[in-house]
Parts: sequence; C-alpha cells; structure tokens
Amino acid sequence: MADATVSSKAPAKAGVRQALLAPVHLVMGLVDVPMRAWQKLTGLNGMAGIFLAPNMLIFSVFVLLPLVINFVYSTTSGSGVFLQNRTYVGAEQYRILFDCGSYLDPATCAADTFWAAVRNTAVFVVFQVSAMLIAALATALILNRELSNRGFWRAVFFFPVLLSPVVVGLIWKWILQRQGLLNYALSPFGFEPFSWLSDRFWAFFFAVFVSVWAHMGFYALILLAGLQAIPRDLYEAAAMDKASPTRIFRRITLPLLMPNLIVVLVLALIRAVQIFDEVFVLTGGGPGTSTMYITQFIYETGFASSLRNPGLASAASILMGIVLVILTLVQLAASGRNEKKAKRQ
Amino acid sequence: MTRMKSIGAAFAAVLLSSVAAHAGDVRIMWYSDGGEGAVIKDLLARFSKANPDVNVILDEVSYDVVKEQLPVQLEAGKGPDIARVTNLKAQAQHWLDLRPLLADAKYWDDNFGAQADWMRPDGSNAITGFMTQLTLTGGFVNKTLFEQAGVEIPGPKATWDDWAAAAKKVADSQKVFAMAIDRSGHRVSGPNISYGANYIAADGKPAPIDQGSKEFLSRFVKWNEEGIVNKDVWVSAAGTTYRAAAEDFINGGLAYYYSGSWQISGFAQKIGDSFDWVMAGSPCGTVACTGMQGGAGLVAVKYTKNPKDVAKVMDYLAGADVQKEFAERSLFIPAHKGVAAGQVDFKTDNPHVKAALKAFVESAAQTAAPAMRLPGWKWSDAYYSAIVARISQVIAGEMKLDDAYARIDEDIKAKVGAN
Repeated sequence: MADATVSSKAPAKAGVRQALLAPVHLVMGLVDVPMRAWQKLTGLNGMAGIFLAPNMLIFSVFVLLPLVINFVYSTTSGSGVFLQNRTYVGAEQYRILFDCGSYLDPATCAADTFWAAVRNTAVFVVFQVSAMLIAALATALILNRELSNRGFWRAVFFFPVLLSPVVVGLIWKWILQRQGLLNYALSPFGFEPFSWLSDRFWAFFFAVFVSVWAHMGFYALILLAGLQAIPRDLYEAAAMDKASPTRIFRRITLPLLMPNLIVVLVLALIRAVQIFDEVFVLTGGGPGTSTMYITQFIYETGFASSLRNPGLASAASILMGIVLVILTLVQLAASGRNEKKAKRQ
Repeated sequence: MTRMKSIGAAFAAVLLSSVAAHAGDVRIMWYSDGGEGAVIKDLLARFSKANPDVNVILDEVSYDVVKEQLPVQLEAGKGPDIARVTNLKAQAQHWLDLRPLLADAKYWDDNFGAQADWMRPDGSNAITGFMTQLTLTGGFVNKTLFEQAGVEIPGPKATWDDWAAAAKKVADSQKVFAMAIDRSGHRVSGPNISYGANYIAADGKPAPIDQGSKEFLSRFVKWNEEGIVNKDVWVSAAGTTYRAAAEDFINGGLAYYYSGSWQISGFAQKIGDSFDWVMAGSPCGTVACTGMQGGAGLVAVKYTKNPKDVAKVMDYLAGADVQKEFAERSLFIPAHKGVAAGQVDFKTDNPHVKAALKAFVESAAQTAAPAMRLPGWKWSDAYYSAIVARISQVIAGEMKLDDAYARIDEDIKAKVGAN
C-alpha cells in the first residue's frame, strides 16, 4: 500500500517540477535560436560581445551616464533638476569651492562648510584607518590561534558587518544619548549624565569607534585568510631556531601578510573617505560641523538643505571622485609592485 | 505558438500594469505631528466608500521626507498628487490651480482666503490648497516642576529674560533642563521679531540680519553656553536638519519648552496625567510678545495625471463638516473661517489640552505684523535655514557670533542669487 502511494506521488511531483521549469525552458529556447544563428554567422569570438552587451548597457546607463550628467551639472547653477532649467556657469562652482584665503582655515573660504568637511574627512581617515588596521590585525592574529569554539568567536567578530549601517548608527545612538545605556552603566560609579554626542571630542571618538566596530570583522576576515595561507613549516622552523614571537611576527607573518594588508589598507581608505551613513545617523554631522564629512556635505548641499545647490554638490562629488580614483591607482600600483616583488623572490 | 503568444501577452500586461498610473488614483503624501494621521485615514475611508471610482492612497511619511525628498521630486516634475507641507510659498510654482476644477471656488475664497496667498505664486489668485490647521509658536510649561521648585510661573507680559531666570531656578532645584527651543529657524523667528527683527527688505528680497535678530540670537547662544537651554537640541546635527525637543518635555526633563500648538495632540497622548502642563503664550522682547504663525497646508501638485479626481478629494476634505471633525479629533486650531467662528468641541477629556488650545487662540491676537508676513514670503525658508546652520556652529564653538551673522547674510544671498 505504501509503495503504491509513493509511486503515485512521484510522477505528480515530476509533473509539478516540469510545469515550474517550463517558463525557464521557454526563455532558454527563445535565446538559443538567435544565439546559434549569431554564432554560426560570426564564429565563437563574437559571443563575448553578445554576453558583455547587457552588462555594458547597464553600466553605461547607471554608472557612465550619471557620471557624465554629474559633470555637466557641476558646470551649472540653479535649483532645477532638468538641465534645460539650469544656467551654464562654466567652472564657477569649482571657483567657489577653491575660493579660499587659506585651505587650512575653513573660515577663510567662501565654501567654508566644504573645507571643514574636507578637513574632518582627512582627520577621520587618518585615525579611522589606523585604528581599523590595528584592530583588524590584532583580531585576525587572535582568531588564528587555537581557540576553543573558534568558529563562534569568528562569527562574533563578523556579526556587526551584517548589520545595516543605519541600524549600527541607531544602536550606538541609543547607547550614547544622555538617557542612554552608557550613562546608565556609569551612574553607579558616581558619573553625572553626559551628552557624549554633543561634545566635539567624544563625538569624533565615537564616530571613529563605531565605524571601526561595524566594519572591522570584514577586514579581519581578509587578514585571517592571509594568515592561514602562510605555510606552517616556516613557523616550525622559526620555533626550532628559538626565534622570539616578536621576531617571528616581524620576519615571517608581516612580510607574508603584506599583500592582504595592502588590500585592507586601500579598501579601508576608500571606505573611510566615503563615510556617511552610520555617522550621519549617530551624530547628524554635529556638534556644529565637527563630524560632517564630504559625503554628508554633498548630500546636504545637493538634496537635504533648503539652501540646496545641486551644482556645488556635483562639483564637490567630482573632486571626491578624483581623490578616490587616485587612491584606487595607488592600490593598483602597490599590488603590482608587490606581485613583482613576490615573483622576484 | 498559441501558448507562447499567451505568455507574451501576460508578460506585457504585467509590465504595463507596473508602470502605468491608473485613472482615478490619487496619491497623498502625509506626515503627522500627533494623532491626525488616524483621523485623515477615517475621513478618506468615508470618501472612498462614497466615491468608489477614485482610488485614494495615503502615503504616511516622516516630516523629513516632506522637507528633504519632496522638493527634489517636485523639481523633477514628479511627486504625489496631493501633499501636506509646511514650506508652502517657496514651492508654490509646483502647486496645481484648483480654481477651475472646484465645484464652488467662492466657498474656498470665503473660508480659506486668509491663508490662500501663503501657498500660491506671488500675484496669482490661484487656489492651490488649504491649511489643515493653523499653528502658532508658544511656550509650554511643566507646571508640576515649577510647583515642586516653589517658583512662580511668570505672567503673560514676562520677557524672555524673566522666563530664562525662572526656568533656571526650577532646573537647579529639580535637576532638569531649564529651557529648550526646537532646532528650527521658524522657532527662533518669533522671539527675533519680539526684539524688532525684520527679515523682508523694501524690494521684497531678504534684508541683512538686523539688530532685532541679533538681540535674541545672542541671548540664545549665551543661554546655551550657560546650560540654561538644552544645548543638545541645536548641536545634535549639522546643516539645516530639524530637531524637536518634545521628547525631553514629555519625559518631564524640561521646565520650559518653546515649540508650537501642533505639539498639543502628541502631549495629550504621551503625557497623559504624568504631570500638569500649561501653554504660556510667547514671551516678550523689547518690541512685541509674538509667536510665529504657520501650519501645514494640504496642496494639490500640478504634475498629477488626475486633476479632476484630485479636486474632488480636495473639495471633500475642505468641506465644513470634514474640517470641523478633523480639527476636533486631531486637536488642531481650524483654519476654516466658518468652523473657527462656530463652536469647536475638541474631543478630549484632558483639561490641559483644552486650556492650551484656548490659550493659543487668545495669543494669536498678539501676533506682530512682521510675523504674519513671513508664512507668505518666498524666502522665509532660506532665512530660517541659514539661521539654524550658522547659529548651531556658534553654539558648538566653531564660530563667533559676528562671523555667523556675516555667513547668514552670505548664505541667503547665495540662495537668492542661484534662483
């Protein structure tokens, strides 16, 4: 009886599967005919172009075209969105951005908020990337050891990477606000409630801390992969030679981890220059403009503020894009040099 | 082949239905300060029942969406069919003239005419919408905190300095913040005008920031430095982002909160009987004791594909019965002339709410002339934004007051020049 039930259900299941796959087969069949014809006509080489075309089309429409439009925008003024409603002003927006008594003192610049954002971003990049590198390296070294429940600890450090930046910002805002968890935890020790995010130093500190906390797991994972690729026998030989842990780290671990460290450095740099979401939710760019970074300046100037100036925002984003291109070229050069060095060895 | 054609036809139908707006769709972008979202939903449900041919979709969004995203949509010639906005005049070129589409335009002129100019291009007689409520800025007092501190609540002619002194005594005694003012240029403009400020130059363009504004703004900065005003509100964001201090007041952490009548509904719901509170009008400066008029208008957007249906919905919502019910249930001061002149029975048992509404209506009579001109002035929002951004920087210690004044003038000048 049981066999009979199974045998009657099996064809039914196969029928459902076939019905579900029918549209897929149909589409594949439709694609197959012109593909074969095209292949016959042009030979195999032409196929690459066919497969690339959709991707190139999407890239052109969603990346290349906006880039061009953005550049055109940066040469116009007005609050209109359509180009025909905007006035061509040439390099005026760039002139405004660079109209400065001293670039080191934003107060002397026509676009003082822009230069404040540039300065803030530069300081943030230096501190955040350094902290990120040290924290990610230390975490990777610890996670590479023979820990009990190693998988669990790796998951713990990677977990914040899975969170949305807005969620990260909100969680830390709830912790750090005046009636937040941190003040509550400190109150038994006699600390008065403190507005952590209204103080310039602490707002900057937590902007760095929270962004390191949120992204460190990703970079630690890259470094961990590098550490695990280092041959064990090198460490065994060093141990036999009674090399100190510091010497082993300097002479074996660090040089062999260098390609991964360079990748981490450049990725962290690019990400730090683009910092926006979690810090925007956490501090709103305040107090004053002390945690306002370039991306927020572009967002505020182009979209959010009633003093909106999309042309100025476009010009600022073009300048930021140039910085990011330079950083990417540095990464490519550094990776290339590293590869050449590795080959020579 | 027949099967393939059917599949193709179905695919095309799905594709078309996903991009085409249905005839009869009316999309409303709505934000709420208190419980008015639930009220409008009820009212629209009744409309839908009586008008099944018009599909009204209410998109409830945060105020930030209306402030930051709607203007960009409008500039792109898109947006909802109807929107509830506070920045009415500066965006007036995007509103639809309902006059030729309305059943009785005279009814609108008679009942909403006083504020019609706030939401139409200068020199036009268009009917673009109506105010969902009239608002007035004013101060809320935590009466319980004052009583516990043994401090007398200042009288109706008390100055800003009197209020600051009294609130500080309460704060010192009760370990709370003395005062807070929303992070908003609109909010500090009433006090500025009380000290003689005038934003509008003779040619109708923005005037440079004057001594009246400086009188209050310098006080405000000093109070922030001295901890009398809760500094967190103004330094908790950069740029022009709006921040209210309502939560601090609701949580009983604030002796005096300067905001506006739209907070009443939220206070009624959230404070309940936790403490006693009163509305205490607008403190006096050297020239006047004025708050700022304003409110949220419901306007039709000219990019709508269904203007007739939009007019039908607007006509319904502007009806005297609907307006009366909306005001009574949402605890808003009605903008409808006929409703305001009649008996408005606010649906609440909370004595603080009734008293506060009465006090706001009474203090509306004290509104100074410059404050009454600002809601219908194109450059109000540019002025407000520049004040917020720059004074925040002063409070955060980034800038000196005199530099901030110069920057406010430059920011406004740049905005005017770019438009």
